[in-house]
Amino acid sequence: MSYPDNFKYTKEHEWVLVEGDAGTIGITDHAQSELGDIVFVDLPKLGAAITKGSTFGSVESVKAVSDIYAPVSGEVTAINDALGTAPEKLNADPHGAAWLIKVKLSKPEEVSGLLSAADYQKYLGE
Amino acid sequence: MSDTTDLQRTPLFETHIASKAKMVDFGGWHMPVQYSSIIEEHSAVRTGVGLFDVSHMGEIEVRGPQALDLVNYVATNNAAKLKPWQAHYSALLYEHGGTVDDILVHRLPSGEMFLCVNASNQEKDFAHIKTVTAGKGFDAEVDLASSRYAQIAVQGPKGLSTLQKLTKTNLSEIKYYWFADGEVSSTPARIARTGYTGEDGFEIYIAPSEAARLWNELLKAGEEFGIKPCGLGARNTLRLEAAMALYGHELTASINPLEANLAWIVKMDKGEFVGRAALEKVQTAGLTRGLVGFDMKERGIGRDGYEVWVDGKTAGWVTSGGPSPTLNKNIGLCYLPAAKAQPGASIQVIIRNSPVEAVIVPTPFYKRAKA
Repeated sequence: MSYPDNFKYTKEHEWVLVEGDAGTIGITDHAQSELGDIVFVDLPKLGAAITKGSTFGSVESVKAVSDIYAPVSGEVTAINDALGTAPEKLNADPHGAAWLIKVKLSKPEEVSGLLSAADYQKYLGE
Repeated sequence: MSDTTDLQRTPLFETHIASKAKMVDFGGWHMPVQYSSIIEEHSAVRTGVGLFDVSHMGEIEVRGPQALDLVNYVATNNAAKLKPWQAHYSALLYEHGGTVDDILVHRLPSGEMFLCVNASNQEKDFAHIKTVTAGKGFDAEVDLASSRYAQIAVQGPKGLSTLQKLTKTNLSEIKYYWFADGEVSSTPARIARTGYTGEDGFEIYIAPSEAARLWNELLKAGEEFGIKPCGLGARNTLRLEAAMALYGHELTASINPLEANLAWIVKMDKGEFVGRAALEKVQTAGLTRGLVGFDMKERGIGRDGYEVWVDGKTAGWVTSGGPSPTLNKNIGLCYLPAAKAQPGASIQVIIRNSPVEAVIVPTPFYKRAKA
Protein backbone atom coordinates (compact mmCIF):
# COMPACT_ATOMS: atom_id res chain seq x y z
CA MET A 1 0.00 0.00 0.00
CA SER A 2 1.26 3.48 -0.79
CA TYR A 3 1.64 6.32 1.67
CA PRO A 4 -0.21 9.42 0.38
CA ASP A 5 2.06 12.42 -0.19
CA ASN A 6 -0.54 14.83 1.20
CA PHE A 7 -0.49 13.08 4.62
CA LYS A 8 1.95 13.82 7.44
CA TYR A 9 3.20 10.94 9.62
CA THR A 10 4.53 10.21 13.11
CA LYS A 11 7.14 7.69 14.24
CA GLU A 12 4.33 6.13 16.30
CA HIS A 13 2.62 5.27 12.99
CA GLU A 14 -0.25 7.75 12.86
CA TRP A 15 -1.08 9.97 9.90
CA VAL A 16 -2.85 13.31 9.64
CA LEU A 17 -4.34 15.02 6.62
CA VAL A 18 -4.46 18.76 7.22
CA GLU A 19 -6.89 20.95 5.23
CA GLY A 20 -6.97 24.51 6.58
CA ASP A 21 -7.44 24.19 10.33
CA ALA A 22 -9.12 20.77 9.99
CA GLY A 23 -7.18 17.55 10.46
CA THR A 24 -8.20 13.95 9.73
CA ILE A 25 -6.25 11.38 11.77
CA GLY A 26 -5.66 7.68 11.25
CA ILE A 27 -3.10 4.91 11.71
CA THR A 28 -0.76 3.85 8.96
CA ASP A 29 -0.81 0.73 6.85
CA HIS A 30 2.36 -0.36 8.60
CA ALA A 31 0.60 -0.04 11.98
CA GLN A 32 -2.42 -2.14 10.95
CA SER A 33 -0.14 -4.75 9.40
CA GLU A 34 1.96 -5.04 12.57
CA LEU A 35 -1.15 -5.31 14.74
CA GLY A 36 -2.87 -7.95 12.65
CA ASP A 37 -6.64 -8.53 12.87
CA ILE A 38 -8.08 -5.44 14.54
CA VAL A 39 -11.07 -6.22 16.73
CA PHE A 40 -11.66 -3.11 18.81
CA VAL A 41 -11.14 0.62 18.47
CA ASP A 42 -11.47 2.99 21.42
CA LEU A 43 -11.88 6.65 20.42
CA PRO A 44 -12.41 9.92 22.33
CA LYS A 45 -15.77 11.68 22.53
CA LEU A 46 -16.82 14.59 20.35
CA GLY A 47 -15.47 17.84 21.74
CA ALA A 48 -12.62 16.16 23.61
CA ALA A 49 -9.25 17.91 23.53
CA ILE A 50 -6.27 15.95 22.27
CA THR A 51 -2.64 16.90 22.75
CA LYS A 52 0.20 16.18 20.35
CA GLY A 53 2.24 13.25 21.59
CA SER A 54 -0.38 12.10 24.12
CA THR A 55 -2.59 9.06 23.68
CA PHE A 56 -6.16 9.75 22.61
CA GLY A 57 -7.38 6.20 22.09
CA SER A 58 -6.38 2.65 21.44
CA VAL A 59 -6.59 -0.04 18.83
CA GLU A 60 -6.76 -3.68 19.82
CA SER A 61 -5.90 -6.63 17.66
CA VAL A 62 -6.55 -10.24 18.61
CA LYS A 63 -3.22 -10.39 20.36
CA ALA A 64 -2.51 -6.93 21.77
CA VAL A 65 -3.56 -3.41 22.69
CA SER A 66 -1.83 -0.46 21.09
CA ASP A 67 -2.17 3.18 22.13
CA ILE A 68 -2.76 5.82 19.49
CA TYR A 69 -0.87 9.09 19.88
CA ALA A 70 -2.13 12.44 18.67
CA PRO A 71 -0.02 13.76 15.76
CA VAL A 72 -1.40 17.26 16.43
CA SER A 73 -3.30 19.08 19.19
CA GLY A 74 -6.91 20.06 18.76
CA GLU A 75 -10.56 19.46 19.50
CA VAL A 76 -12.38 16.39 18.22
CA THR A 77 -15.04 17.38 15.68
CA ALA A 78 -15.94 13.95 14.29
CA ILE A 79 -15.32 10.30 15.11
CA ASN A 80 -15.56 7.41 12.68
CA ASP A 81 -18.53 5.55 14.17
CA ALA A 82 -18.31 2.83 11.53
CA LEU A 83 -15.23 1.43 13.32
CA GLY A 84 -17.34 0.65 16.39
CA THR A 85 -19.17 -2.12 14.58
CA ALA A 86 -16.59 -2.89 11.88
CA PRO A 87 -13.09 -2.42 13.37
CA GLU A 88 -11.71 -4.77 10.70
CA LYS A 89 -12.05 -1.89 8.22
CA LEU A 90 -8.83 -0.60 9.75
CA ASN A 91 -7.00 -3.57 8.26
CA ALA A 92 -8.56 -3.04 4.85
CA ASP A 93 -8.39 0.72 4.34
CA PRO A 94 -6.31 2.46 7.01
CA HIS A 95 -5.52 5.50 4.83
CA GLY A 96 -9.07 5.96 3.57
CA ALA A 97 -12.46 4.84 4.88
CA ALA A 98 -10.99 3.80 8.24
CA TRP A 99 -9.85 7.23 9.40
CA LEU A 100 -10.26 7.53 13.20
CA ILE A 101 -11.15 11.12 14.12
CA LYS A 102 -11.31 14.63 12.73
CA VAL A 103 -10.04 17.56 14.74
CA LYS A 104 -9.95 21.34 14.65
CA LEU A 105 -6.26 22.13 15.03
CA SER A 106 -5.36 24.33 17.98
CA LYS A 107 -1.68 24.62 17.06
CA PRO A 108 -1.35 24.38 13.27
CA GLU A 109 2.38 25.09 13.57
CA GLU A 110 2.82 21.57 14.99
CA VAL A 111 2.34 20.08 11.53
CA SER A 112 5.73 21.22 10.33
CA GLY A 113 7.40 18.86 12.82
CA LEU A 114 5.79 15.76 11.31
CA LEU A 115 7.30 13.37 8.77
CA SER A 116 6.63 13.53 5.06
CA ALA A 117 5.53 10.36 3.25
CA ALA A 118 9.07 9.91 1.94
CA ASP A 119 10.64 10.42 5.37
CA TYR A 120 8.16 8.05 7.02
CA GLN A 121 8.88 5.28 4.51
CA LYS A 122 12.58 5.88 4.99
CA TYR A 123 12.03 5.54 8.75
CA LEU A 124 10.18 2.25 8.21
CA GLY A 125 13.04 0.97 6.14
CA GLU A 126 15.63 1.61 8.85
CA MET B 1 12.06 -5.41 16.68
CA SER B 2 14.17 -6.22 19.71
CA ASP B 3 17.38 -8.18 19.52
CA THR B 4 16.55 -11.77 18.66
CA THR B 5 20.04 -13.23 18.34
CA ASP B 6 19.89 -15.00 21.71
CA LEU B 7 16.56 -16.67 21.02
CA GLN B 8 16.33 -20.40 20.47
CA ARG B 9 15.11 -21.62 17.10
CA THR B 10 13.11 -24.68 16.11
CA PRO B 11 14.17 -26.81 13.11
CA LEU B 12 11.40 -25.03 11.20
CA PHE B 13 12.80 -21.54 11.75
CA GLU B 14 13.98 -21.08 8.15
CA THR B 15 10.65 -22.38 6.90
CA HIS B 16 8.78 -19.78 8.94
CA ILE B 17 11.01 -16.96 7.73
CA ALA B 18 10.63 -18.09 4.12
CA SER B 19 6.84 -18.05 4.49
CA LYS B 20 7.01 -14.52 5.93
CA ALA B 21 5.51 -15.44 9.28
CA LYS B 22 5.52 -12.72 11.95
CA MET B 23 8.03 -13.88 14.54
CA VAL B 24 8.01 -13.12 18.27
CA ASP B 25 9.99 -13.94 21.38
CA PHE B 26 7.99 -16.59 23.24
CA GLY B 27 9.66 -17.63 26.47
CA GLY B 28 13.12 -17.38 24.91
CA TRP B 29 12.08 -18.99 21.63
CA HIS B 30 11.85 -17.27 18.28
CA MET B 31 8.42 -18.44 17.17
CA PRO B 32 5.81 -17.57 14.54
CA VAL B 33 2.87 -15.68 16.07
CA GLN B 34 0.93 -15.59 12.82
CA TYR B 35 1.34 -16.38 9.12
CA SER B 36 -1.67 -14.67 7.58
CA SER B 37 -4.28 -13.65 10.13
CA ILE B 38 -4.94 -15.04 13.59
CA ILE B 39 -8.68 -15.09 12.90
CA GLU B 40 -8.25 -16.98 9.62
CA GLU B 41 -5.81 -19.45 11.18
CA HIS B 42 -8.15 -19.95 14.14
CA SER B 43 -11.08 -20.57 11.84
CA ALA B 44 -9.09 -23.07 9.73
CA VAL B 45 -8.59 -25.21 12.85
CA ARG B 46 -12.25 -25.01 13.89
CA THR B 47 -13.62 -25.85 10.46
CA GLY B 48 -10.84 -27.64 8.56
CA VAL B 49 -7.24 -28.16 9.56
CA GLY B 50 -4.29 -26.11 10.81
CA LEU B 51 -0.62 -26.92 11.18
CA PHE B 52 1.46 -25.78 14.16
CA ASP B 53 5.18 -25.91 14.78
CA VAL B 54 5.38 -26.88 18.45
CA SER B 55 8.98 -28.05 18.33
CA HIS B 56 9.80 -25.65 21.14
CA MET B 57 7.97 -28.00 23.52
CA GLY B 58 10.25 -30.16 25.62
CA GLU B 59 10.43 -33.94 25.85
CA ILE B 60 11.60 -35.88 28.89
CA GLU B 61 12.06 -39.64 28.71
CA VAL B 62 11.97 -41.78 31.83
CA ARG B 63 13.36 -45.30 31.36
CA GLY B 64 13.98 -48.26 33.62
CA PRO B 65 12.07 -50.79 35.74
CA GLN B 66 10.61 -48.08 37.97
CA ALA B 67 9.94 -45.42 35.34
CA LEU B 68 6.23 -45.48 36.06
CA ASP B 69 6.76 -45.28 39.83
CA LEU B 70 9.05 -42.29 39.40
CA VAL B 71 6.54 -40.46 37.21
CA ASN B 72 3.78 -41.27 39.67
CA TYR B 73 5.87 -39.74 42.44
CA VAL B 74 6.59 -36.47 40.61
CA ALA B 75 3.27 -35.97 38.81
CA THR B 76 -0.28 -35.57 40.13
CA ASN B 77 -2.30 -37.86 37.87
CA ASN B 78 -2.21 -41.65 38.34
CA ALA B 79 0.12 -43.00 35.65
CA ALA B 80 -0.58 -46.56 36.83
CA LYS B 81 -4.04 -46.22 35.28
CA LEU B 82 -2.52 -45.65 31.84
CA LYS B 83 -2.52 -48.57 29.45
CA PRO B 84 0.45 -48.92 27.10
CA TRP B 85 -0.02 -46.41 24.22
CA GLN B 86 -2.24 -44.23 26.37
CA ALA B 87 -1.54 -40.63 27.45
CA HIS B 88 -2.95 -38.21 29.97
CA TYR B 89 -2.68 -34.66 31.26
CA SER B 90 -0.84 -34.22 34.54
CA ALA B 91 1.11 -31.69 36.60
CA LEU B 92 4.45 -31.42 38.39
CA LEU B 93 4.17 -29.73 41.79
CA TYR B 94 6.48 -28.22 44.35
CA GLU B 95 6.27 -29.57 47.90
CA HIS B 96 4.29 -26.42 48.75
CA GLY B 97 1.64 -27.38 46.20
CA GLY B 98 2.41 -24.68 43.61
CA THR B 99 2.76 -25.81 40.02
CA VAL B 100 6.12 -26.48 38.37
CA ASP B 101 4.53 -27.31 35.02
CA ASP B 102 1.56 -28.93 33.35
CA ILE B 103 2.55 -31.88 31.19
CA LEU B 104 1.42 -34.78 29.02
CA VAL B 105 2.44 -38.26 30.13
CA HIS B 106 2.62 -41.09 27.58
CA ARG B 107 3.10 -44.73 28.61
CA LEU B 108 5.02 -47.02 26.25
CA PRO B 109 4.71 -50.83 26.21
CA SER B 110 8.40 -51.08 27.16
CA GLY B 111 7.59 -49.33 30.43
CA GLU B 112 9.27 -46.14 29.28
CA MET B 113 7.37 -42.95 30.09
CA PHE B 114 7.44 -40.11 27.58
CA LEU B 115 6.67 -36.64 28.92
CA CYS B 116 5.85 -33.59 26.85
CA VAL B 117 6.50 -30.41 28.82
CA ASN B 118 6.31 -26.66 28.23
CA ALA B 119 9.10 -25.09 26.21
CA SER B 120 10.32 -22.51 28.68
CA ASN B 121 9.96 -24.93 31.61
CA GLN B 122 11.90 -27.89 30.28
CA GLU B 123 15.23 -27.31 32.03
CA LYS B 124 13.41 -26.34 35.23
CA ASP B 125 11.23 -29.49 35.04
CA PHE B 126 14.20 -31.74 34.40
CA ALA B 127 16.14 -30.26 37.32
CA HIS B 128 13.06 -30.45 39.55
CA ILE B 129 12.46 -34.12 38.76
CA LYS B 130 16.13 -34.91 39.44
CA THR B 131 16.06 -32.99 42.73
CA VAL B 132 12.88 -34.40 44.21
CA THR B 133 13.75 -37.99 43.25
CA ALA B 134 17.38 -37.83 44.40
CA GLY B 135 18.02 -40.43 47.08
CA LYS B 136 14.54 -41.93 46.68
CA GLY B 137 16.02 -45.04 45.09
CA PHE B 138 13.89 -45.21 41.95
CA ASP B 139 15.46 -47.62 39.48
CA ALA B 140 14.91 -45.29 36.54
CA GLU B 141 16.82 -42.85 34.38
CA VAL B 142 15.52 -39.39 33.51
CA ASP B 143 16.64 -37.97 30.18
CA LEU B 144 16.02 -34.50 28.77
CA ALA B 145 15.42 -35.56 25.18
CA SER B 146 14.14 -32.32 23.60
CA SER B 147 16.99 -31.97 21.12
CA ARG B 148 16.05 -35.31 19.55
CA TYR B 149 12.51 -34.25 18.70
CA ALA B 150 10.67 -31.80 16.53
CA GLN B 151 6.94 -31.64 17.12
CA ILE B 152 4.22 -30.71 14.67
CA ALA B 153 0.54 -30.43 15.60
CA VAL B 154 -2.08 -31.20 12.97
CA GLN B 155 -5.32 -29.90 14.44
CA GLY B 156 -8.92 -29.67 13.31
CA PRO B 157 -11.78 -31.83 12.02
CA LYS B 158 -9.75 -32.53 8.85
CA GLY B 159 -6.55 -33.28 10.74
CA LEU B 160 -7.02 -37.02 10.52
CA SER B 161 -7.73 -37.00 6.77
CA THR B 162 -4.68 -34.80 6.21
CA LEU B 163 -2.23 -36.86 8.24
CA GLN B 164 -3.66 -40.17 7.02
CA LYS B 165 -2.37 -39.42 3.52
CA LEU B 166 1.19 -39.61 4.82
CA THR B 167 1.05 -42.63 7.11
CA LYS B 168 0.15 -46.32 7.00
CA THR B 169 -0.84 -46.23 10.68
CA ASN B 170 -4.64 -46.41 10.82
CA LEU B 171 -5.31 -43.14 12.57
CA SER B 172 -8.98 -43.81 13.21
CA GLU B 173 -7.89 -46.64 15.50
CA ILE B 174 -6.02 -44.22 17.76
CA LYS B 175 -8.52 -42.95 20.31
CA TYR B 176 -8.41 -39.47 21.86
CA TYR B 177 -5.42 -39.29 24.22
CA TRP B 178 -3.85 -42.48 22.88
CA PHE B 179 -0.81 -42.67 20.64
CA ALA B 180 1.16 -44.99 18.35
CA ASP B 181 4.67 -45.27 17.00
CA GLY B 182 4.72 -45.49 13.22
CA GLU B 183 5.99 -43.65 10.20
CA VAL B 184 4.90 -40.40 8.64
CA SER B 185 6.18 -39.98 5.12
CA SER B 186 8.72 -42.78 5.67
CA THR B 187 10.29 -41.30 8.78
CA PRO B 188 9.75 -42.74 12.27
CA ALA B 189 7.12 -40.77 14.14
CA ARG B 190 5.31 -40.87 17.44
CA ILE B 191 1.70 -40.05 16.57
CA ALA B 192 -0.45 -38.89 19.50
CA ARG B 193 -4.12 -37.96 19.25
CA THR B 194 -3.70 -34.99 21.53
CA GLY B 195 -3.82 -31.24 21.14
CA TYR B 196 -4.22 -27.81 22.63
CA THR B 197 -6.98 -26.37 20.49
CA GLY B 198 -10.24 -27.94 21.64
CA GLU B 199 -10.47 -29.79 18.32
CA ASP B 200 -9.67 -33.33 17.28
CA GLY B 201 -6.15 -33.67 15.97
CA PHE B 202 -2.70 -35.13 16.29
CA GLU B 203 0.66 -34.14 17.67
CA ILE B 204 3.55 -35.88 15.94
CA TYR B 205 7.06 -36.23 17.28
CA ILE B 206 9.78 -36.66 14.67
CA ALA B 207 13.51 -36.21 14.15
CA PRO B 208 14.41 -32.50 13.81
CA SER B 209 16.14 -33.16 10.48
CA GLU B 210 12.82 -34.33 8.98
CA ALA B 211 10.71 -31.44 10.26
CA ALA B 212 10.89 -29.07 7.29
CA ARG B 213 10.19 -31.79 4.73
CA LEU B 214 7.22 -33.11 6.73
CA TRP B 215 5.85 -29.62 7.31
CA ASN B 216 5.73 -28.98 3.58
CA GLU B 217 4.26 -32.40 2.82
CA LEU B 218 1.55 -31.88 5.43
CA LEU B 219 0.69 -28.48 3.94
CA LYS B 220 0.35 -30.18 0.56
CA ALA B 221 -1.71 -33.04 1.98
CA GLY B 222 -4.10 -30.61 3.63
CA GLU B 223 -4.46 -28.32 0.62
CA GLU B 224 -7.84 -29.76 -0.37
CA PHE B 225 -9.13 -29.02 3.16
CA GLY B 226 -7.88 -25.42 3.14
CA ILE B 227 -5.04 -26.16 5.57
CA LYS B 228 -3.26 -23.14 7.06
CA PRO B 229 0.02 -22.89 8.92
CA CYS B 230 -0.92 -21.45 12.32
CA GLY B 231 1.10 -19.41 14.78
CA LEU B 232 1.08 -18.98 18.54
CA GLY B 233 -1.61 -16.30 18.22
CA ALA B 234 -4.21 -18.76 16.99
CA ARG B 235 -2.90 -21.43 19.35
CA ASN B 236 -3.70 -19.05 22.21
CA THR B 237 -7.20 -18.04 21.06
CA LEU B 238 -8.05 -21.70 20.39
CA ARG B 239 -6.90 -22.94 23.78
CA LEU B 240 -8.59 -20.00 25.54
CA GLU B 241 -11.96 -20.88 23.96
CA ALA B 242 -11.42 -24.44 25.18
CA ALA B 243 -10.43 -22.99 28.63
CA MET B 244 -7.17 -24.96 28.64
CA ALA B 245 -4.56 -23.67 31.07
CA LEU B 246 -1.40 -21.91 29.89
CA TYR B 247 1.53 -22.13 32.27
CA GLY B 248 2.56 -18.70 33.50
CA HIS B 249 -1.07 -17.55 33.32
CA GLU B 250 -3.61 -19.95 34.86
CA LEU B 251 -0.86 -22.02 36.51
CA THR B 252 2.24 -20.70 38.25
CA ALA B 253 4.54 -21.61 41.11
CA SER B 254 2.07 -19.89 43.46
CA ILE B 255 -1.08 -21.50 42.08
CA ASN B 256 -2.02 -25.10 42.81
CA PRO B 257 -3.98 -27.24 40.33
CA LEU B 258 -7.08 -27.46 42.56
CA GLU B 259 -7.54 -23.70 42.24
CA ALA B 260 -7.15 -23.99 38.47
CA ASN B 261 -10.11 -26.42 38.16
CA LEU B 262 -7.68 -29.28 37.64
CA ALA B 263 -8.77 -31.53 40.53
CA TRP B 264 -9.45 -34.14 37.84
CA ILE B 265 -5.72 -34.60 37.25
CA VAL B 266 -4.90 -34.78 40.98
CA LYS B 267 -5.28 -38.33 42.31
CA MET B 268 -4.96 -37.99 46.07
CA ASP B 269 -5.69 -41.71 46.64
CA LYS B 270 -2.87 -43.06 44.45
CA GLY B 271 -0.20 -42.82 47.14
CA GLU B 272 2.60 -40.39 47.91
CA PHE B 273 3.56 -37.71 45.38
CA VAL B 274 5.38 -34.41 45.56
CA GLY B 275 2.95 -31.72 46.72
CA ARG B 276 0.35 -34.15 48.06
CA ALA B 277 0.66 -33.06 51.71
CA ALA B 278 0.24 -29.41 50.75
CA LEU B 279 -2.85 -30.17 48.66
CA GLU B 280 -4.34 -32.20 51.51
CA LYS B 281 -4.10 -29.12 53.71
CA VAL B 282 -5.70 -27.02 50.98
CA GLN B 283 -8.57 -29.53 50.74
CA THR B 284 -9.10 -29.52 54.51
CA ALA B 285 -9.05 -25.74 54.73
CA GLY B 286 -11.09 -25.27 51.57
CA LEU B 287 -10.09 -23.36 48.44
CA THR B 288 -9.58 -19.65 48.94
CA ARG B 289 -9.80 -18.74 45.26
CA GLY B 290 -10.96 -20.26 42.03
CA LEU B 291 -10.47 -19.85 38.29
CA VAL B 292 -13.59 -18.83 36.37
CA GLY B 293 -14.51 -17.77 32.87
CA PHE B 294 -16.06 -14.42 32.00
CA ASP B 295 -17.78 -12.75 29.07
CA MET B 296 -17.40 -9.01 28.60
CA LYS B 297 -20.85 -7.39 28.70
CA GLU B 298 -19.72 -3.90 27.71
CA ARG B 299 -17.33 -2.78 25.02
CA GLY B 300 -13.76 -3.67 25.93
CA ILE B 301 -11.39 -6.60 26.10
CA GLY B 302 -10.13 -7.93 29.44
CA ARG B 303 -6.49 -8.86 28.98
CA ASP B 304 -3.91 -10.84 30.97
CA GLY B 305 -3.00 -9.09 34.19
CA TYR B 306 -5.97 -6.70 34.31
CA GLU B 307 -7.53 -6.21 37.73
CA VAL B 308 -10.99 -7.62 38.45
CA TRP B 309 -13.44 -5.97 40.84
CA VAL B 310 -16.46 -7.38 42.62
CA ASP B 311 -18.83 -4.95 44.35
CA GLY B 312 -16.50 -2.06 43.62
CA LYS B 313 -13.45 -3.64 45.25
CA THR B 314 -10.35 -5.38 43.93
CA ALA B 315 -11.06 -9.10 44.00
CA GLY B 316 -8.80 -10.82 41.49
CA TRP B 317 -7.02 -10.66 38.17
CA VAL B 318 -7.38 -11.78 34.57
CA THR B 319 -5.06 -14.67 33.68
CA SER B 320 -5.89 -14.79 29.96
CA GLY B 321 -8.31 -12.76 27.92
CA GLY B 322 -9.09 -11.69 24.41
CA PRO B 323 -11.52 -11.89 21.57
CA SER B 324 -13.06 -15.27 20.76
CA PRO B 325 -13.07 -15.62 16.98
CA THR B 326 -15.46 -18.59 17.08
CA LEU B 327 -18.01 -17.07 19.48
CA ASN B 328 -17.51 -13.50 18.32
CA LYS B 329 -17.36 -12.05 21.82
CA ASN B 330 -14.67 -11.07 24.28
CA ILE B 331 -13.85 -13.76 26.81
CA GLY B 332 -11.33 -14.42 29.54
CA LEU B 333 -10.31 -16.39 32.59
CA CYS B 334 -9.73 -14.85 36.00
CA TYR B 335 -9.00 -15.75 39.59
CA LEU B 336 -11.54 -14.65 42.20
CA PRO B 337 -12.13 -15.44 45.87
CA ALA B 338 -13.91 -18.82 46.01
CA ALA B 339 -17.09 -17.29 47.46
CA LYS B 340 -17.35 -14.86 44.54
CA ALA B 341 -16.54 -17.34 41.80
CA GLN B 342 -20.15 -18.10 40.87
CA PRO B 343 -21.48 -18.30 37.30
CA GLY B 344 -23.97 -15.55 36.60
CA ALA B 345 -22.34 -13.08 38.99
CA SER B 346 -21.40 -9.60 37.77
CA ILE B 347 -17.76 -8.54 37.85
CA GLN B 348 -15.88 -5.55 36.51
CA VAL B 349 -12.65 -5.76 34.58
CA ILE B 350 -10.47 -2.67 34.94
CA ILE B 351 -9.54 -1.62 31.44
CA ARG B 352 -7.30 1.44 31.24
CA ASN B 353 -8.49 2.65 34.67
CA SER B 354 -12.19 2.17 34.00
CA PRO B 355 -14.37 -0.65 35.35
CA VAL B 356 -16.05 -2.47 32.47
CA GLU B 357 -18.95 -4.89 33.09
CA ALA B 358 -18.44 -8.63 32.64
CA VAL B 359 -20.29 -11.73 33.83
CA ILE B 360 -18.96 -15.03 35.14
CA VAL B 361 -19.83 -17.92 32.82
CA PRO B 362 -19.26 -21.68 32.87
CA THR B 363 -16.24 -23.00 30.96
CA PRO B 364 -15.19 -24.17 28.44
CA PHE B 365 -16.45 -21.34 26.27
CA TYR B 366 -16.29 -23.65 23.27
CA LYS B 367 -16.78 -27.39 23.08
CA ARG B 368 -16.61 -29.28 19.80
CA ALA B 369 -19.53 -31.47 18.75
CA LYS B 370 -18.75 -35.14 19.37
CA ALA B 371 -18.17 -37.00 16.13
